[in-house]
Amino acid sequence: MSAEPLLRVENLVKHFHVKLGAFGEKAATVYALDDVSLDIHEGETLSLVGESGCGKSTTGFTILNLHRASGGKVIYKGQDLTRLDEKHMRPFRRDLQIVFQDPYSTLNPRMTVGEAIGEPMLFHKLATKADLKDKITALLQDVGLPTRFASRYPHELSGGQRQRVVIARALACQPKFIVCDEAISALDVSIQAQIINLLLDLQEKYRLTYLFIAHDLAVVRHISTRVGVMYLGRLAELAPRDALFQTPLHPYTKALLSAVPETNPEHERNRKRQILQGDVPSPLDPPAGCRFHSRCPIAMDVCSKVVPEWKEARPNHLVACHAVNSGLS
Amino acid sequence: MTAQNKQERLLDVKGLTVEIDGRRGPAVVVDGIDLYVGKGETLGVVGESGCGKSLTMLSLMRLLPNKIKVTKGTAEFNGRDLQTMSNRELRKVRGGDIGFVFQDPMTSLNPVMKVGDQLCEPLIYHRKMSKADARKRAVELLRLVGIPGPEERLDAYPHELSGGMRQRVMIAIGLACDPKLLIADEPTTALDVTIQAQIVDLVKDLRNKLGMSVVWITHDLALIAGLADRVVVLYAGTVVEDAPVDDLYANPSHPYTRGLLASIPTLSDAPAARLSSIGGTPPEPGRRPAGCPFAPRCPLAMDICLREVPKLEPISSEGRHRAACFAVNTALKAA
Repeated sequence: MSAEPLLRVENLVKHFHVKLGAFGEKAATVYALDDVSLDIHEGETLSLVGESGCGKSTTGFTILNLHRASGGKVIYKGQDLTRLDEKHMRPFRRDLQIVFQDPYSTLNPRMTVGEAIGEPMLFHKLATKADLKDKITALLQDVGLPTRFASRYPHELSGGQRQRVVIARALACQPKFIVCDEAISALDVSIQAQIINLLLDLQEKYRLTYLFIAHDLAVVRHISTRVGVMYLGRLAELAPRDALFQTPLHPYTKALLSAVPETNPEHERNRKRQILQGDVPSPLDPPAGCRFHSRCPIAMDVCSKVVPEWKEARPNHLVACHAVNSGLS
Repeated sequence: MTAQNKQERLLDVKGLTVEIDGRRGPAVVVDGIDLYVGKGETLGVVGESGCGKSLTMLSLMRLLPNKIKVTKGTAEFNGRDLQTMSNRELRKVRGGDIGFVFQDPMTSLNPVMKVGDQLCEPLIYHRKMSKADARKRAVELLRLVGIPGPEERLDAYPHELSGGMRQRVMIAIGLACDPKLLIADEPTTALDVTIQAQIVDLVKDLRNKLGMSVVWITHDLALIAGLADRVVVLYAGTVVEDAPVDDLYANPSHPYTRGLLASIPTLSDAPAARLSSIGGTPPEPGRRPAGCPFAPRCPLAMDICLREVPKLEPISSEGRHRAACFAVNTALKAA
């Protein structure tokens, strides 16, 4: 992992200023993302997992400058993306694409599939009017759709087919890096597997790098090179796939893994789950110290006072936990 | 199933057919479903979106929206047909003997009514409790479902609670009148895994304590594995497989069930290069093919599958494991 990363995220912070109360009279801050650092290497799939509100999607959006960072840097090709305005960001947009969760709301209902896929190619001057049709055909084939779909409208397609169109549109710019923001979560199980396989095929073919944001740990285990676990806006643990699933260090990762059901009735019935008590605290008022301490089964005094250091506990295995770092766990 | 077992059935649905009155004429969404729930049994109903699993359960309680109608079939609850019962009688069953938990607590709870009042409503209506008694019982119920500080929570509005808490309130309302049957429609789908694990444990615990039957509707075959006694798999409005839970996972028989199980990545098996997947997409209601609805996606499809609809037939000696598949049934007869 010593090679220069494709993308480097340094101490990224994102706060949202919101107005609360019936008349918006109370100003408040949502601490959505706090001091997140990670490197993303070319050709890998880095997954971010965690529960709703943990900041995994915010991380993806902020990296792509779709949310303005409140602090920290995102270094891509020697440029800090967080400092670029929309105009200067545009050339980078070609390299950095995103696939969203809901393929219906991200496709323009008045544009045919062909128009949706063709638009980014014309915008970035990757196709001329003459060869546009051929390029659209090639992309549709890439994502496993019949070429006659070019003249269809989104409402004529099923959810899985729409997601294929969205993926084709992202591919149209010949990107290097794609954020998949819960890209398969809205799909049925039998369709999910198709889309996962498609993403893996395309990655091989075009040497793509994915930031895969998901909450389904079994899917994440299947497709990732490395996995980061987030809790309330901070990274709790980041490790190569097998290390994370076989020897998780952070108590939150352990609890998360123990909550995932398996397709084995006997195993499920006899399983001792480590069930976390309570809910995730509000990001409006995150707990001091380690943000997980209020639900942590092994919390100590120090955990409620001091933010645990983000440290390499084992080679390439980073974790932020006082107990782990002091060798107690 | 033999006659003696039949007496233990709490809910017995036969040939239930539900149609949508659409622009292009009526479309069959639920196509002659047979299913039953034994006393004290937990039945998992599994299927993908559009397979008719939610509509089946809503139609039992005659809660279908306009333009969607039951056109055929019976649904007996405790020996009485819910479909022909008078509205007055049915009201006694709804929320009384049969409790319901819906998927989305934000839209199923009344946003302008305090949680406590929503909990007391069925108690006052069905159990004729006084307001004070109902409030006491409501506190007990909130405690039962693991809500901390239940006395204060009674005066909270739904928006003041988190998603997990709201779902617990929904479950408390479903359980309010000690139902004989709890129907839970994807109660954990909108929740995070750690909260889902809490809710699943809670329902298991309550089921064992109260001895009620449970119908748990879900798309998640992994979730239902540790929860159900028996699982029914639906595809395109029909039952394709019905089996005791251990049989289903050890010997999935219908090609759809097998495909579904194979396409679920798990935490325990070695990560394969590619997931196995089922090609194609489920047919839309109203555009279902003749013959077996799964035939166009089925790796085992034969000529007969395109022409005739397979019946749900026993495939194991005890007859508790049933599948609707020509390929499976002919293989059995040949063996």
